[in-house]
Formats: sequence, C-alpha cells, structure tokens
Amino acid sequence: MAVNWFKYASPQTFYPLAGRLVPLFWLLAIVLGAIGLYIGFFVAPTDFQQGESYRIIFIHVPAAWMSMVIYVVMAAWAGLGLVLNTRLSSMMATALAPTGALMTFLALWTGALWGKPTWGTWWAWDARMTSELILLFLYIGFMALQAAIDDPRRADKAGAILALVGVVNVPIIYFSVKWWNTLHQGASVSLTRAPSMANAMLLGMLIMALAFWAYSIGAALLRVRSVILERERHAGWVRELPPG
Amino acid sequence: MGAAFVAVFRRDILQAWRRRADWLNTLFFFVIVVSLFPLGVGPEPEPLRTMAPGILWVAALLAAMLSLQRMFGDDFADGTLEQLILAPQPLPWLALAKIAAHWLLTGVPLTLLAPVLGLQFGLEGEPLFVLVAALLLGTPCLSLIGAVGAALTLGVRGGGVLVALLVLPLYIPILIFGAGAVAASAAGISAAPHLSLLAAGLLLALALAPWATAAALRVAAE
Amino acid sequence: MLEITDLACRRGERLLFRGLSFSVGAGELLWIEGRNGAGKTSLLRILCGLGVADAGEIRWRGRPVRRGDETFARERLFLGHANALKDDLTVAENLHFAARIAGSDGTLDAVDRVLEACGLAAVRGSPVRHLSQGQRRRAALGRLWLAQAQPLWILDEPFSALDTDSVDRLSALLGAHLERGGAAVLTTHQEVALPAGRTRRLRLDA
Repeated sequence: MAVNWFKYASPQTFYPLAGRLVPLFWLLAIVLGAIGLYIGFFVAPTDFQQGESYRIIFIHVPAAWMSMVIYVVMAAWAGLGLVLNTRLSSMMATALAPTGALMTFLALWTGALWGKPTWGTWWAWDARMTSELILLFLYIGFMALQAAIDDPRRADKAGAILALVGVVNVPIIYFSVKWWNTLHQGASVSLTRAPSMANAMLLGMLIMALAFWAYSIGAALLRVRSVILERERHAGWVRELPPG
Repeated sequence: MGAAFVAVFRRDILQAWRRRADWLNTLFFFVIVVSLFPLGVGPEPEPLRTMAPGILWVAALLAAMLSLQRMFGDDFADGTLEQLILAPQPLPWLALAKIAAHWLLTGVPLTLLAPVLGLQFGLEGEPLFVLVAALLLGTPCLSLIGAVGAALTLGVRGGGVLVALLVLPLYIPILIFGAGAVAASAAGISAAPHLSLLAAGLLLALALAPWATAAALRVAAE
Repeated sequence: MLEITDLACRRGERLLFRGLSFSVGAGELLWIEGRNGAGKTSLLRILCGLGVADAGEIRWRGRPVRRGDETFARERLFLGHANALKDDLTVAENLHFAARIAGSDGTLDAVDRVLEACGLAAVRGSPVRHLSQGQRRRAALGRLWLAQAQPLWILDEPFSALDTDSVDRLSALLGAHLERGGAAVLTTHQEVALPAGRTRRLRLDA
C-alpha cells in the first residue's frame, strides 16, 4: 500500500496526527521507564567494585546516547528544511533542540553524581564528559541563534546552516578531545570503562534507552505542536480549531 | 573571476588601512590578554612555561573572534553586501576574498607577535618556531570558521555575544591541536602529527566554510 | 524581456501581494506605486534575486531565473535604498570597486567620465564621509552611468535626496537607456518627468 507521506509534510495535517501520537509515546515512556527502573534498582546485581552508586548509569548512559542522536536528527531535519524548503522539517528541528539540550544536561549532571562517590570528584576533564559539555554549547548556540532572529523563516535557515556546520564538527571535536585527553594522561579518570555487564544490567539499560527514545519523541511532538500553533496562528485552519 | 576576487580583497585591505586604529586594537587586545595571565597566576617561570601554549592560543582565539563582526558588518549596514550577492561571480569566491583579507589583517599580525610574547613566558628555540607554524596553519581556520558565525549573526540582536557562543565551540579542535603542537615541542616530542592535523583541518575548512558563509550571507540579506 | 507570473510575497504574518503578474519589454519602464508598506521594496528585491517569493515565477528572456544565475546577474543592475558606499574610500575608489564587482567597464578613464557626467568631478578624491546626502546618492547613481551594458535596471527610490539638476540628469539617462532598448523597474515617491510613452504604472495596493 502506498502511503502519501507528503500529505503529512503540511503542518495542517500533521498537527492532529501529532496530537494523537503524543499520548501514545508518553504512555510508552512511562511504562518502559517503570520497567527499566525496576530492573535497574531491584533486579540488577550490586556492582562489587562500585556498590550501589553505579545504578545511575541506567539514567546516565541512555541520556548520553540520546543527546548525540538528537543532535544528528535535528541537523537532518534542519538540513531537509533548508534544501526542500519544507516548513515542518524546520519546525521539527526547532522542537528537538530543547530536548537534546536537556539530555545533554542530564548526562552531565548524572555523570557528576556518579563521579563523586566513585572517583571522589564531581568533574573530570575526561574525553566523554568534555565532548558532552561542548555538545551542550552547540545546542545552546543553536537555540540562542534561533531565539535572536525574529523572522521565523530566517531563523530556520540560519539555524539549519549552523546545525549542519555543527554536525560536520561533532566528530572532529570528539576526536580532538580524545586526542587531547590521551596526551594528558593521569590528570583524569576514565569514565569510559563501564563495569562488566551482567545480563540484567544490559537489559535494564536497553529498556531505559527505549523509554528515553519514547520520551524524546513525545516531547518533540508536543513541542512541534505548539510551534505549529504559534507560527500558523493566523492561518484559517488554526482559527477553526475547537477551543481548549 | 580573479579580478573580482582581487577587487574585494584590495578594497578590504585599503579600508582597513584607512582605519588602522581599529585593527591595531585587536592586536593590543591580544597582548593585554596574554599579559593578564602572569598577573593572575603568579610569576613563577615553570608553571607559566607549561601554560604558555594554551594562553597564547586562547588569546589568539579571542582576538580573532573579536574582529569577526567587522568582517561583514559594515558591508551589511551600507548595502555593499547586496551588491556582492548580486555580482555575477560566485558568492563563496567573494566571501573567500573577504576571509583572506581578514586573515591578513588579524591572523598574520597575531602570528608575528606571538613569538615575542612566547619569549616572555620562557619559550625558546624550537617551540617558538612550532608556535609560528601552528599559528600560520591555525589562524586561517579561525577566519574561515569565524566567517560562518559572523555571517549567521548579521543584523541579529546581541550579535556580538552570540557570535562568541556560536564560534568558540567550533574553535576547540584548532585550540587543541595548535596548543598541543607547541606543548609537544616543548616536551621534546615531535610536533609533526599536530601540525598535519591542523593542515587537514585547514583544508576541510577551506573546502566547506566559504559555501556555508555564502549561504548564511544570502539568508541575512533576504 | 522580464515576465512575472503569479508572484506572492508574505512578510511575517502579513500578505504583501499575491497573484501578481506583469511583464516589462525592451524599451519599457515600469513605475511601481503604492503606499508605504505595500511591498514595493520587497517586490524589487525579489525581482533582482535578493528576496525569495512565496509563490510564482520570474522569467528573463523566456528562461526562468534561478538563484545565482550568472547570465541574469550580468544583465541586471540593482540600486537599493542603501548607497553601498564606503565612508573611508574616495568617490572614485568606490565607483571603481562597484564597477569591478558588477563586471562592467571599470577603467579609471570610464570612472572619470562618469564623475564628470553626474557632476561629481570636484569631489573625485574626497572620502565619501565628507559628502552630503545628495552627493552620496549621486555617487551611488554613478553606477548607472557605468552600467550602460546592463539591459535591466531595478531601482529603488533613485530620485530621493537629489536636487532638480540631478533629477533631470537621471531622467535623461533613463530615457537614453530605454532608447537603447533597455528595460527598467523603479519606485519613487516624487512626481518626476519619466520618459513619456514608455512608462507604465503598476499600483501594488490597488
């Protein structure tokens, strides 16, 4: 069966579709999150080196994964919007940025909470932590640029160029930070060596990752709905929406 | 095509020459920032020597960034940018001419000044040469990447701070390899890998930045 | 030569115009009228390729105009609100640069002749900073004298800030341009004597 995907590329048809999808993803996020946390806290065994504090990886690792995935997805939407001039793609990019920044912040914060009891320091200039910090700067730059431009069309295009430049730079930054880190051995602790994984840990982490995916998609859809409303508030179809 | 490139390049140099005070300020800024570090950190020669590559590079980054707003700002305000966009020559090519002029006006003087400041921090001999080589490869990258940021923030509220927010994270690899080259040489290791990576970065920036800049300029002029 | 079909433009939430169609032939001048904010400048910027239309098509000599179209770029000249002059450069240097960028005749002789023709020979070597508003506009208009080879002129308020002598000179230049088979699209608030018989009017807010 051929689905006309372009039908959903118009904000007008996408708005109600997103509205139906949001509760679905919320539900998925809550259920998966509950299962994942249950496994993480009660099923997964205590780590013999790190004790109970390692359990924060059930939040930390999925957040770090999402922070990187969302940046790439955001740049892809933005690039699509720039090339094909589809408004909805640009709106998706705008809607994803805050969630990506939140994930990055969460990864940094949980990393610090994990580092204190385990290595006795809140912050280490480890390659992953430093890259994550720079990723947060990139998200902030994207959001600040879009916020500073009044005309939404110009904001979309400028943001897209920045996101594309950023996505080319992310691997270079990651590589350079790793290189820098290996040259300054001893000054840092390596957070990269995960404790040896029991099956239950792996399962818990994967389920948590899926919960984070569901949350991110739900949050992005919710936000894109308000972006659509804000930008199209003078269009006829928005005025005809039932109040509330 | 060559004629237009030369015309843009020459005009930018000529204009900068007529307002040399503006460009000298960038250099003084560089010198002052570098001089602040010993005052903040303390005059012991050993820590200063180890920190010198990082200090010089961070100061060069900031100085190059401060001068970015002028790259397209005047042209945007007085309408010259419209004429550049409408010119029959490809816009990335004309943007490259402006970037080249910016590099000659900031990158080259910073490179020439840096060894003198390096001496103040106890750098001697080979590390000084490596510093110059690294700056020669790195400062064009600063102008190229900076041009994208400058073009994106044209006519935007709070453009000065915003350009720092956009550009500085992208400068990080250059800072790492540039300062790393000098540090490696000071530690008696070969700086060649760092310098090759800087050169690779320069080629990549040269290949991509003019196009991104041109696209951003078009968006700004719409 | 220039054909516009079904052009639409939106600024923010405001629809400036839509379904706009017209054409400008060789030897014709189109005077775009309308109150402030009717979209005159937006229309001119779309015509010359700076702005992007929300719908519609622009054809030049029968071919649709694409962004970065080199032939079209060589054949059209745009003069905007801003003078595109550098305060620190002299009048001659500015014109010389403008000609080189536009790909038109930019020899020093040609620049001198133009300065003579638009009455700026006396300030040839002064930095633009020292010029009056009217003199600056005349210096910017100097590009028209250099652009005799470009058949399409798109001019946004070319008569503003000019004294009567300069207005007459510019009208004469426009007449000669149309006589040669050139085309022009312009906006102006002043009632000026535009070449009779060759001028058509288009009201944007009608």
